[in-house]
Amino acid sequence: MKAAVLPGPLADNPVLSRWVSFPKPGKVAVSTGRVEIGQGVLTAMMQIAADELDVAPERVAIQSGDTDLTPNEGYTAGSLSMQFGGVAMRQACAEVRALFLRHAAGALGCKREELSVRDGSILRNNAPTGHDYWTLSSAVSLSGNATGDAIRKPVAEYKVVGRSAARLDLAAKVFGEPTFLHDMVLDGMAHTRVVRQPNRGASIGTVNEDAIRRAAKGPIEFVRHGNFLAIVGPDETAVEAAGAAAPNHVVWKGVEQPSAPQQEASWLLQRPSIDRTIGSPQPSAAARGQQRYEATYTRGHLAHAAIGPSCGLAVYRDGHLTVWTHCQGVYPLKAALAKTLALDPKSISVRHVQGPGCYGHNGADDAAADAAVIALRLPGRPIRVRWRREEEFAFEPVSPAMVVKVRAVLDEAGRPVDWTAEIWSGSHSGRPGHGANLLVAAALPNPLPPPPPADVPDAAGGGAVRNGEPLYDIAAKRIIHHLIPETPVRTSALRSLGAMPNVFALESFIDELAERAGKDPVQYRLSLLTDARCRKVIERVAEMAGWKPDLPAGTGRGRGIAFSQYKNRAAYAAVVVDLEADETIRLSKVWCATDAGLVVNPDGAINQLEGGIIQSISWVLKEQVRFENGVSSLDWLGYPVLRFSEVPEIHVELVKSASDVPLGVGEVTAGPTAAAIGNAVSHALGARIRDLPLTRERIMATLLAE
Amino acid sequence: MSKQFALTVNGRPQSVTVENEETPLLDVLRNHLGLMGTRFGCGLEQCGCCMVLIDGEPETSCARPIWNVAGKSVTTIEGLGTPERPHPLQTAFIEEQACQCGYCLSGILISAKALLDRNPSPSRAEIAAALDDNICRCGTHNRMIRAVEKAAARLRQGAKR
Repeated sequence: MKAAVLPGPLADNPVLSRWVSFPKPGKVAVSTGRVEIGQGVLTAMMQIAADELDVAPERVAIQSGDTDLTPNEGYTAGSLSMQFGGVAMRQACAEVRALFLRHAAGALGCKREELSVRDGSILRNNAPTGHDYWTLSSAVSLSGNATGDAIRKPVAEYKVVGRSAARLDLAAKVFGEPTFLHDMVLDGMAHTRVVRQPNRGASIGTVNEDAIRRAAKGPIEFVRHGNFLAIVGPDETAVEAAGAAAPNHVVWKGVEQPSAPQQEASWLLQRPSIDRTIGSPQPSAAARGQQRYEATYTRGHLAHAAIGPSCGLAVYRDGHLTVWTHCQGVYPLKAALAKTLALDPKSISVRHVQGPGCYGHNGADDAAADAAVIALRLPGRPIRVRWRREEEFAFEPVSPAMVVKVRAVLDEAGRPVDWTAEIWSGSHSGRPGHGANLLVAAALPNPLPPPPPADVPDAAGGGAVRNGEPLYDIAAKRIIHHLIPETPVRTSALRSLGAMPNVFALESFIDELAERAGKDPVQYRLSLLTDARCRKVIERVAEMAGWKPDLPAGTGRGRGIAFSQYKNRAAYAAVVVDLEADETIRLSKVWCATDAGLVVNPDGAINQLEGGIIQSISWVLKEQVRFENGVSSLDWLGYPVLRFSEVPEIHVELVKSASDVPLGVGEVTAGPTAAAIGNAVSHALGARIRDLPLTRERIMATLLAE
Repeated sequence: MSKQFALTVNGRPQSVTVENEETPLLDVLRNHLGLMGTRFGCGLEQCGCCMVLIDGEPETSCARPIWNVAGKSVTTIEGLGTPERPHPLQTAFIEEQACQCGYCLSGILISAKALLDRNPSPSRAEIAAALDDNICRCGTHNRMIRAVEKAAARLRQGAKR
């Protein structure tokens, strides 16, 4: 029986030795293009490899994210690491196992079917043969390509996958060992800070070097290349002091800063846009005659706001550039560096080292590029760039503001028969695949032009249109997408991309329709859903929360529900929120039921789901990037996030799934959590707020308008 | 002009020579003493990543000048426990898998240690309030609170330290 086509990442990197090797007796080295960003992916990959190779988990060491060593799997993003990277790892391990068994069968003169593997030892009819992976490793070549012929184990035989495993990287972190790129020290390393170009097109007028040197109170030097200016020195304290003072001592020409009106999502409505329609044609004349309902929802720009600012290390030695980064894609960064710096890709190595959680495309790639630019000007000297806190908030790409207008035509029972979501948004795709997207690129001499405006392709789940279409049984559904090509600041991917504002909009809207129809929100949703997996998570979360219809509204206590299938094709999650609302909102409890298909590490998945819920609560209650003559939310006071006392009790359950396909869980809770909060606030106040974040000002304005 | 300061770090006397007496304690720990477990988060005393105990009190170290710490006793995450002799908090954080990226973890463990030193039986609300000076961006709060509760219970039952 021939196996199906190779999983994508394995087809792209078919040489088996890229994935698996047996470096020394008793040890297995596996290699993945996916990188650890706090989501536990390396632990899950270890579990998959241990299972498929039949070795104890302790034997497996993981190499990850290195352009000289690991497979090229693009970005670690989109909740795809298990669904694609994990399946590729499993197939690679199955192929390796099959090669060893075929060889052993030949050596033993027996049938392949008589052989099995137990913790790396090869057994014949369950008796030791004296052979194992390590005794045979010199005889079995892994330099060939995967063929797809090896059959992966059936799920019923999994022993490691499906059971909670402790995170491989946790102990070192708990004991304060140097774990992060920020902790890495290279011999002779220079510390650096960048004096940031305020915007593309701005040029350096004057630099008061003396004033900056005085502020440093220690030895520093300047590196200037076009409109890129960096401060370099052996003592980080001096370099930091100089970096903090420098913006006051450098005069820029051609400065254009975002202004306060551009802060709000509604600003998008007046902008030029690239328009398209996806889905059903415009409503028929008959449909137009019926009852209609419309509402508009908005969300401001969000920051990734990593807990530690971005860091990058680089050294240029003997014509070779080596870069260490905590970004999500070492291969795309390598390609972008080659383009930006006009270097042969063969002369660049990019290596991943862990950083603070990023939740998407933040400043990590840019800090690495900064370090690379400086390293090329100072050959032989290892360079460490660490962004300043204000720099991260001001210059990391943000998640674009969005406006989502939903219109429905309703039948006599108040059920939607025609549905339109009209979406205005900047791009969610600013990743450095094209070199000019690296922040430093605009400051270099003869900068590359900015890339043409584009959003994440629909085939990859879309950016602004992600989850823009409801899964409810509605005869006609369409999305009108207005891509705003010019935004006041750089925009790019943040956890769930457009799914959060879209699910907030459509799941708020469905609640509004239920209310108009006089129906319970849970029953109304179920009456519009036939898909069994969708129904199951809603039914289960309602049970978990003890959902009761007809709880009185407007009492100050609210309960809300919302649901989504991520990208309308990945994991399913339904969320119920209990809260109290007066001039502020306090969540007390959250319940979540998720169907993530085959779950590799249940505890790890629950950790991710909880994290997604908490981050979404923070976005909804608190977060918006502010503009006032530039980005003005430059610290944790200007950009507050949820604190420990504000975090509710959270109950997450993985429902037993009908599917063996593993579906990622990092992003699926973002949208339903946001909408469940919105619905609960509406229930508590007896009035709906359709603009995020749900600030005290907005609540007061809504209450006063009642 | 270089200046010398004496302080105790994780129970050991240290003498530190700096060019600038305003050098933050965080830079001294990381760049002079090679203790990388205490981390830079904001430099503004807002996020708690860089927390250490100074004479037993939880304090941020990112903006605390070295001259102000002279003669004092500093405990960092490296002084809390080791894999061989873990503090009950460290054991509990591993058992509860109370971590995602882990960048905030050192500061949170230090805050929790200070809390348990002054209040061996904190309520959930007291634990949360004690950790409010620390930001966790990944959303691991509830696991961390559970881990602190577990460590507190063990310490009350007489676990060492």
